[in-house]
Amino acid sequence: MKLTRDRWTAILMLLPSVVLIGVFVYGFIGQTAWTSFSDWGRVSSQALAVNPEIEMVGWQNYRDLFTGFIDVRFRQDLVNTFFFTIFFLAGCLGLGLGLAFLLDQDVKGEGFFRTLFLFPMSLSFVVTGTIWRWMLQPRGGVNVLPTTVGLPAWEFRWLTDRTQIWRFDWNALPGMTGLLVAAILLVVALSSWRGGRRLRAAVALASGVMLGAWALTLGRSVALLPFPELHGFNIAFVGIILAAVWQMSGYTMALYLAGLRGIPSELREAARVDGANEIQLYRHVVLPLLQPITLSAMIILGHISLKIFDLIFAMAGADNATTDVPALLMYLTAFRANQFSKGAAIAMVLLVMVAAVIVPYLWTSLRGETRR
Amino acid sequence: MLRRLLTLLAVAFLGLAAAQSQIEIFSWWAGDEGPALEALIERYEEMYPGVEVINATVTGGSGVNARAVLKTRMLGGDPPDAFQVHAGQELIGTWVVADRMEDLTFLYEEMGWFEKYPQGLIEAMSTEDGIWSVPVNIHRSNVLWYVPANLEGWGITAPDSWAEFLTICPAIQAEGVTPLAVGENWTQQHLWESVALGVLGADDYDKLWTAELPFTDPKAMEVWDVFGEVLACTNDDAAGLSWQQATDMVVGGSAAFNIMGDWAAGYMSTTLGLEPGVGYGWAASPGTDGVFMWLSDAFGLPQGIQNRENTLNWLRLVGSAEGQDIFNPLKGSIAPHLESDLSLYNAYLQSTAADWQSNRVVGSLVHGAAAKEAFMSDFATVLEIYLATGSAMNAANAAQAIATQVGLGQ
Repeated sequence: MKLTRDRWTAILMLLPSVVLIGVFVYGFIGQTAWTSFSDWGRVSSQALAVNPEIEMVGWQNYRDLFTGFIDVRFRQDLVNTFFFTIFFLAGCLGLGLGLAFLLDQDVKGEGFFRTLFLFPMSLSFVVTGTIWRWMLQPRGGVNVLPTTVGLPAWEFRWLTDRTQIWRFDWNALPGMTGLLVAAILLVVALSSWRGGRRLRAAVALASGVMLGAWALTLGRSVALLPFPELHGFNIAFVGIILAAVWQMSGYTMALYLAGLRGIPSELREAARVDGANEIQLYRHVVLPLLQPITLSAMIILGHISLKIFDLIFAMAGADNATTDVPALLMYLTAFRANQFSKGAAIAMVLLVMVAAVIVPYLWTSLRGETRR
Repeated sequence: MLRRLLTLLAVAFLGLAAAQSQIEIFSWWAGDEGPALEALIERYEEMYPGVEVINATVTGGSGVNARAVLKTRMLGGDPPDAFQVHAGQELIGTWVVADRMEDLTFLYEEMGWFEKYPQGLIEAMSTEDGIWSVPVNIHRSNVLWYVPANLEGWGITAPDSWAEFLTICPAIQAEGVTPLAVGENWTQQHLWESVALGVLGADDYDKLWTAELPFTDPKAMEVWDVFGEVLACTNDDAAGLSWQQATDMVVGGSAAFNIMGDWAAGYMSTTLGLEPGVGYGWAASPGTDGVFMWLSDAFGLPQGIQNRENTLNWLRLVGSAEGQDIFNPLKGSIAPHLESDLSLYNAYLQSTAADWQSNRVVGSLVHGAAAKEAFMSDFATVLEIYLATGSAMNAANAAQAIATQVGLGQ
């Protein structure tokens, strides 16, 4: 390839940002990864020394996090994140879609309502968190609302309730994951069979059955911990989910509204001419066309929910263990307990989780672009 | 002529530079505690005119945020000239072992402070290699607060032991009153250390922190059992309340007792305007009469700072009876200096100062005196394990595992 003048200019223009991102993003990711394999902070005299003696301990920090006796809080935090993500996504997508459908009915003052619903997004999570903390005080805010009409005040302890539902043993996790993946593989097999791709169906079926069999037999005896450890969904998260959905559903609405406006009216008319009623129109024409929007929204909301820190910090504080998430624990572990290597390990787990959401999306969308 | 002018300019510039000499004081004394620090800084500025004082505060009670900021600054090679820290293991276990502080033995000798401070306090601030901080105040952790008139109304008295508290607990509940008000997580840990001291006694309590008494010892396990029974006598919305709100419950009459450090006295006297002994009463927390669980804010001398002489002057002021008597009446704490003028203090502080001079002293866990930060921070997890499982065995095992991991008492 000949380096033309134009190409040189391009390289020169890109170089500063490439270098900056290389150092300040990927360089620091590398440093965090390195720290997570070290023992920095395990020996407290070395934690903050000028020239700490640091040894590499391999996967020890990760092993501790997932199977160590005293890191039970991290495992509960992962479970919290899982449930929070599911409800946050479902809430935002459902509410956003509903609002978008309503606004799409040519209502009067659409612009006003659109702005109204979108407004919460312009607030920072810290502001939202502070407002909702006031509203969810155990003896104030929402809980005293019923007294204005003479009813007894609610007693629900929004952010501090200790009830846990849907509890399961951490040791059952490998088996449960195996069963879940097997179920997905079976669905894939079924749809490939219907689509006429026999070989693909056979492979998916075989691996699904094998994995399922493993999960039901050997998978049951895989014990991560030498003792049973129950985790579940903390009811205290309801308040957090409420605040997060309040903030982000307007944004999802805007995405969906744009998608709805992008559907050519000819398509709707054609469906109506073919005799589809309003429900069938949405079910078979509009919703399938909105699928890419749903995917984008899921990616954007998904990575927000995995990384969430500021909202919970402002709403419940860093010490409220019932509403803890890995990002908060990372802060406490690294900067309060001086366990820098373990904090880095938590950071790497978070990075992998976010990457698992983002990378496939980037991959498909980039591939799509080059194809075009 | 030109040369002379230049010299003059240079001298003027140097003089300016000297006048621009600075000291940066890093603390978490904002809000209610701000005026006390400002009064002390004002005195410093009077004594050393020409030194510019930079008052760097990071809000957040007990230094929760300030300590994180301090760590990033120290790691980044930008130590403040003087920083507030809890005297004892919080300083020693984090900064002294990291070899980032200067030994202050010379300052203690110069100022004659070895005779001016209680022996127990000096020992808690020292290691074999030296003495590391200058204390500015003393707070007491194991205090039981109540409203005398309310207790009379319910026909009860302040309990002398946890067993006694547990026997009067149902009677108080029968009045529709919460026997003991607590707040968010750290106030529950605060309650725990008072229960531990009451159940174990001062000797065994101290042995926990030197690792001579393992947490899994039956005696130490009993602390969790008693703690569990005491928690059953507390309000169920605890985790959502600040310590002030828990104190408000006692003042408002919806709770009988509260265990909190004696900053609560400052809150009730100054913010709520109650008279000590009338509006509110106090006693040592059950089973700890004659023992003073202390915590102390202090300053040390970081290595490699720009303005060492200014910092030394600050330490001289902070450690003097004069400086402490400016600071403490406003802060609502007592002076560790034995020559403090007690007439400047209110009734509560006078009574606690008398205890300070006569009682056996032990360090507080939650407020940084007894154990290193790594243990202190993870103790929240131990409490969480106990609250989630209700098992003294699980909590004791977790506490012991953390103690072993961080090398408690080494």
